[in-house]
Amino acid sequence: MELVYLSFILILAIFLGFELIQKVPATLHTPLMSGANAISGITLVGALVGAGSEGTTLTVILGTAAVAFATINVVGGYLVTDRMLAMFKKRVSK
Amino acid sequence: MQTVILINLSYTLAAVLFILGLKFLSHPATARRGNILSALGMLLAVVVTLLDQSIIDYRWILLGIVIGTVIGTLAARLVAMTAMPEMVALLNGFGGISSLLVGWVALAQPDLSNFILLTIFLSILIGGVTFTGSLVAWGKLSERISGRPFLFHGQRQVNALILLANFMCGVMFVLYPAQPLWLYLAIVLSATLGVMTVMPIGGADMPVVISLLNSYSGLAACAAGFAISNNILIVAGSLVGASGMILTNIMCKAMNRSLGNVLFSGFGAPSGDDDKLEGEVKSLSAEDAYYILEAAQSVVIVPGYGMAVAQAQHGVKELQELLEENGCEVVYAIHPVAGRMPGHMNVLLAEADVPYDLLLEMDDINPRMETFDVAIVIGANDVVNSAARENMNSPIYGMPIINVDYARTVFVLKRSMASGFAGLDNPLFYKENTRMIFGDAKETVNKLVREFSA
Repeated sequence: MELVYLSFILILAIFLGFELIQKVPATLHTPLMSGANAISGITLVGALVGAGSEGTTLTVILGTAAVAFATINVVGGYLVTDRMLAMFKKRVSK
Repeated sequence: MQTVILINLSYTLAAVLFILGLKFLSHPATARRGNILSALGMLLAVVVTLLDQSIIDYRWILLGIVIGTVIGTLAARLVAMTAMPEMVALLNGFGGISSLLVGWVALAQPDLSNFILLTIFLSILIGGVTFTGSLVAWGKLSERISGRPFLFHGQRQVNALILLANFMCGVMFVLYPAQPLWLYLAIVLSATLGVMTVMPIGGADMPVVISLLNSYSGLAACAAGFAISNNILIVAGSLVGASGMILTNIMCKAMNRSLGNVLFSGFGAPSGDDDKLEGEVKSLSAEDAYYILEAAQSVVIVPGYGMAVAQAQHGVKELQELLEENGCEVVYAIHPVAGRMPGHMNVLLAEADVPYDLLLEMDDINPRMETFDVAIVIGANDVVNSAARENMNSPIYGMPIINVDYARTVFVLKRSMASGFAGLDNPLFYKENTRMIFGDAKETVNKLVREFSA
């Protein structure tokens, strides 16, 4: 049942993603990509459990590495997207 | 039980924030707010996850987060806008390796069903391909390795074999999860596959590759979400996966090629049988170009990757202002695949303070190209190559281009007559109304600026 429920979420999210992104104008494609990329750092949530649970030395090392990589992805992604978006300005009417 | 409900409710809220964030990204005026909302969603998801009862030790988490935050912050602050494609490629790769590792750790869970094992294998496969593929893309974009396609005889067969071996390895992995050999083999094969699929792709096709890797990084997170039965990973991962797919599709359409053609054809390898073009190349000095520009009523600027390489965007903006003071209308025409990633030119021009409403898309500019006095092509080649319209034998025949040759006069700023990335001759350079201004793009633009200021 769990599987059905997760697949259900998957399908809906993909359709929603298509609907949302279709409307993004070409001028914002780079920030869209880096912003979406930051969202894919959500894998951090999975990494946290791996790094903090009681486990073997191996799982803790792997989990910590996963946390570090995913954090670079999340922090770097959001900051660089913000830096780019701050530069987009509309023409000041003279 | 109550913590579990709290965590899941917070995940729902985080998903809503991601969705709103992406929705706000659809307009430049609200995009920045959207990004912040999405970041808040991420923060919420991370913080509530720390409440999870299976987490008993926070030291390693803290270590990982500190390392990641320092590196991520420094990278985001220090990276030059021209290096953005490399940066995005690298970040995609880090997301990929992280999903691979999460999948690996998930293997330590008790009572794994075959389905969970399959999704663990998928997170390793997609995560591994994303990681090494992104590293190769990063190397190519930052010119640490050659941007030329790397091809050898029987490449497709070799890649097909690796893929097949990987799938067989996946079957063994699911059947015999206790045997670590299949796990290691899956990691090695996936990493190899990532390298092998990106190596044959040339620099000009990088916008497609980055979009595709972007999509993969989302799908890898999605697979990892199944592996640990976490719905926020599945939602966020599939949103990113869908977004990358759409960009990939837009990029492919803009080149009039299928995804398969981009990935497997090794496009951009030098070919020997180019027809020699007839005609005369007419060059022009910057001084003479100035006289023409001074008299122009309307100018369209068409930037390409060369503008990024020469860092000419600030000079271009200065030229735009001087032309406007002279009573001339100036707009920019941006081809979807100009540069090395989707929207590359827009970001560079935004950095130089060019208002985004002056940047027009190909379909908006082409119908009125005849009305422009001058079209200035700066460091673009394939996206204005009229062979795409005129020469049925050209490999890029049928690709939509910006029809600069319909403008009254075309200036092409170019270093030399060397062919573009695709290695093709460009008949535009030989047209009656085309004038070549040879030299470094930045130098030439600065010369024009000086002429105007004098």
